[in-house]
Formats: sequence, C-alpha cells, structure tokens
Amino acid sequence: MKSLIERVSTKYNLQEVVQQRDNLVFAYVDKELAIDMVTYMRDYEGYAHFTLMSCVDWIEDGKFQLLYLLNNPETKTEFGIKVAIDRDNAVMQSAHHLWEQIWTYQRELKEAFGIDFPGSPRVDEDFVVEGWDDMPHMRRDFDTNKYAEETYFMREGRKSYDPATYMREKLYPKQPVTAKKNKDEQ
Amino acid sequence: MSNKFFQPDRSKYPSMKDDGTLDVDLSSQKYTKIWLGPNHPGVTGNMAVEMTLGGDEIVQAKTHVGYLHRGFEKLIERRLFVQGFPTSIRMCVAEPDTNEYLIARSTEELSGLTDRVPEMAEWLRTLALEMARLQGLLRGVPGQAGTYSLGIGVQWGVYLRDLILDRFEELTGARVYHMYIIPGGVRGLLPSGFKRRMEDNLTDIDDFIVRIRKLIFHNSVFKSRAVGSAVIPKEWIDKFGIVGTNARASGVKRDVRKDNPYLKYSELDFDPPTATDGDVYSRTWVRWQELVQTVDLIRQIMAKMPEKGDIRGDMPNALHWKIPKGETYVKLESGRGEYGMYYVTDGSSKPRRVNLRGPSYTHAIAVLEKMLINTNIADVHATMVSLQTCPPEIER
Repeated sequence: MKSLIERVSTKYNLQEVVQQRDNLVFAYVDKELAIDMVTYMRDYEGYAHFTLMSCVDWIEDGKFQLLYLLNNPETKTEFGIKVAIDRDNAVMQSAHHLWEQIWTYQRELKEAFGIDFPGSPRVDEDFVVEGWDDMPHMRRDFDTNKYAEETYFMREGRKSYDPATYMREKLYPKQPVTAKKNKDEQ
Repeated sequence: MSNKFFQPDRSKYPSMKDDGTLDVDLSSQKYTKIWLGPNHPGVTGNMAVEMTLGGDEIVQAKTHVGYLHRGFEKLIERRLFVQGFPTSIRMCVAEPDTNEYLIARSTEELSGLTDRVPEMAEWLRTLALEMARLQGLLRGVPGQAGTYSLGIGVQWGVYLRDLILDRFEELTGARVYHMYIIPGGVRGLLPSGFKRRMEDNLTDIDDFIVRIRKLIFHNSVFKSRAVGSAVIPKEWIDKFGIVGTNARASGVKRDVRKDNPYLKYSELDFDPPTATDGDVYSRTWVRWQELVQTVDLIRQIMAKMPEKGDIRGDMPNALHWKIPKGETYVKLESGRGEYGMYYVTDGSSKPRRVNLRGPSYTHAIAVLEKMLINTNIADVHATMVSLQTCPPEIER
C-alpha cells in the first residue's frame, strides 16, 4: 500500500492520507481531480470493484464529504477517495459512466443530502422517500424528532414514557422523581 | 437479457438501443404496465418492480423501494454507540447478526480496542455468524424451488430453520434479533448441552440436504426452467459490483472470509464453491453447496473452540463512551455476499455517520432492472429470488 500511496500522492496531490488498516486507506483529493483519480485507480491500479459511494455532512465546516470506496480484487485492498464539496453549492461531477451501479448511489445522495450530479441517469427520480418535500432528510440540520412531532399526533388515550424516568420509578419507587414528565402526563 | 424463452421472431418487439435499454413508445398502446409488489408472495421483502410488458416479455423494469424505510442510519446518528445495536440489526432481517458484528467491530477498531476481544468471544462470534448463514440458507435454497412451485421444500426448510432459531434462543435469549455480539465480545457462553442439541439439528439438516438435492436438482421442471435463465455474464461482476454467491456462480471466486479473513475463518478449512454458467440453476447449486459447507463449518467451530474462556474484554462505560474522530469500513461475507459498514466518528458520544453497504443495493436495482429486460413474466420471481434481494438493506 505504501508504494501505491506514494505513487498516487505525487500524481493527484492527496491530502490527509490515513492508513486505517493494512488493507484500507482514506485520502482527500481535490474536487476537480476526483473523477479522474477514480478512473485512474480503476484502469491502472486494479481497483476494478466499486464498493460504496457515501456522504458525511460536516455542517460545522460547511462541507459535505463524498466518499468513493474502491476495491482491488487482486491485492484485496480498499482505497477510499474523499472529496470535500461546499454545502451551499452541492454539485459534483457524475461518475455514472464508470460503473453501472453508481447512478443509484448518486440518485440516493441527491434525495438524501441534496447533492446534484448533473447528467446522471434518473438522478431527479424519488428513491426511498417518495413525495418528500422537506429538506433532504440525511442532512445534519434535519431534525427527525421535530419532524415527527409536527407530522404525526399521539393517539388519544395512548401514553408514552421516558425510559430513564420509567425505570427509575420502577426500581426506586420511594425516591422522588425529578426528571421532566412527558407532555401528556403534565 | 439472456433467456431461453426469448421469442425467436423479433419483428413485433422493440429494438435494443446501444445502452441496453429497449426503444419503447408507451403511447403506441402496444404495451401493458403492471406492478409486481410491494406486497406479493413472489417478492423478497417489500419491494415493487414496475414492469412494462410487450406480450409476455418485459421491455422495461424499474425497482421501487422505500416501503420499509424507517431511517435507521439517521436514527443511529442520534443515539449512543451501544444504542445503535437494536436499530442496526433491523437493517437486514435475513441475517441480523451480521449488523451486530459490523457495528461492534467498527466501534472497537475506531476506539483502538480490537485486541481486547477474547479468543473465546471470537469463536462464539464466528459460530453466531455461521448459524445466521445456515438459517438464511435453509430459507433461501428451498425458496428458490418454491418460485417454480416446488413448495414442499420450503416447508421442510422453514421447519429446520426453526430448530436453528431454537438454538439461537437458548444461546442469546431471542429467536430473530439477538444482540448477542456486543462491543468487546459476546453476551454469553454456550449453554450446557448446546453442542449436543446443535449436532442433533445438524444431523436432521444432513438428511434435508440429500432430500432437497433430489427435490430440486433431479426435478425436470426446475432444470428446464432454471438452466439458462437470468444469466449473469462474468464480465458483469466488476461492471455492476456483483458479490457473493451471485459472483461465484458466474465463476468469480470472491469471498470476504477468504480474501480478508476476519474472526476465526483463517483457522477453518473450507473452499467457497463456484460454478460457471451464472444462471438461476448455477446460483441455486452454489447455494446448496454452501449449505453443505456451512453445516461443516459449524461442526468445525464447535470442535475447535475452547470449552471455557472470557467472553468479553474491558470496554468503556457504554453511557459515557466517546470515540475519537475517525472512519473505517468493516465488512464480512453474508449469505448474500459482501456486507459492509462505513462508520464515521467525530469525538463525541454518537456516531457521525453510519452507512450500510448491502449486496442488494446493486443486485436488486442496477442488475435486476437490466436482467429483466426480455425476460418472460413467469420468470420474474425466480430471477429476483435467485439474486437474493433484501430490500431493507437498500433503504436502511
């Protein structure tokens, strides 16, 4: 892996290279060079198997971190190519021409994080959440609890308990309970 | 694409474009659009296939998922590391233990605590994963026969699967969702008499293996319909990211247990079976051989594992556990192929991102949509089951 990292670092100016295990490396590459590097890794370094495309929302930095995880079936190693893109201008070059399953990942990332991949087949079609009209649901600032409270309602007569409070009452019934009660109990 | 029921006279069928899709004019009124699923006995899980038919052949297919979406990955991001376990196991009902191992291994690796997992726990984890594979194959192998109306095999398989769930129940306290593999090790040792009862079950399964072989592979209906049907050419394996038994049935021998050995697999004697034709018959044959092999692996594990030992190493307090910033990708070989988890931490008490990579993500969408073109409608169920599609791992 060491010689591969040195070779690719020179060619693509890799940053923040981390060898997580003997067979797993993560590294950042510039957005403009990312698809070129993915293509190079597939065609010249034997990383012919595309394992995963993923995204991490670093909201505090205003960035999305895209991951292209490639596998080399001969050397049994994995290389994670990471790209930082602006949250405010979430657009990335499409890689659908490289592997047949990539358009599915890009379609999901468009729906879940709002990242656009112009030219990717069916990228605007709903994937998992058909008819969704709120903010992309996997972004860090999408509050699942708030959404549930605003969208659904508690069925009349149904009670729910805070697990910590409930167990404290069960286990230590003589101690006063200081934790806040649920809305419907107040 | 490759189908022996392919009508030889193509004059009334649409022509194929360079990208492998067909030139279909829906306004011509020559085509019928029907939906298979999301609730249908022939569909694995809740998933729908929107099909456009020309006669009895499929000219367009689109996979629709989302009927099971409960936002597991998002929910795990908002919970403590240990609270992610009950959520993660529901990401794949077929083999929930695989999720337990991935999340446990990810948290151990990112905390730098992998060396604290005792040897006994490693053996027990290997046993739990192979038992999970076995109960999955006991449904999967006869299930394939069921798609060709050979239903009796399914009844045999479900009965024997229940016996393995009995063993899971005495080992873990639960039948389907076990939460047995936890950070640092496992939750318990083998109960007294477990090995004997498991051996009794394996003896029953040995008998089933012989009977199901006769039922499926000596059956003219199965042979005439499965041979040459839904072929995955070898060159598709990397092009589509195909893994597991689907790849091995096309002659590409990839198995995470051999390629990147984890747990105790390097100490076990096995050779993943392969075939060459890549059709439904080959995939079923490879899975049948895996069934034989899994029974053997469980026997090997029970013979080689120590009788006693620590089952859990010292780990941080689960309620105050913070993991330094980092990321990893951990994988294993599930019954359906490579099953991995991309796990990111940010120094807090909760994971920053958890992304499951299930084999169905490509098998049930890119591969299935392509494969169904020009397939006879009667073969859709068999094709889908032969790919071992599992919708929950797509929509997580």
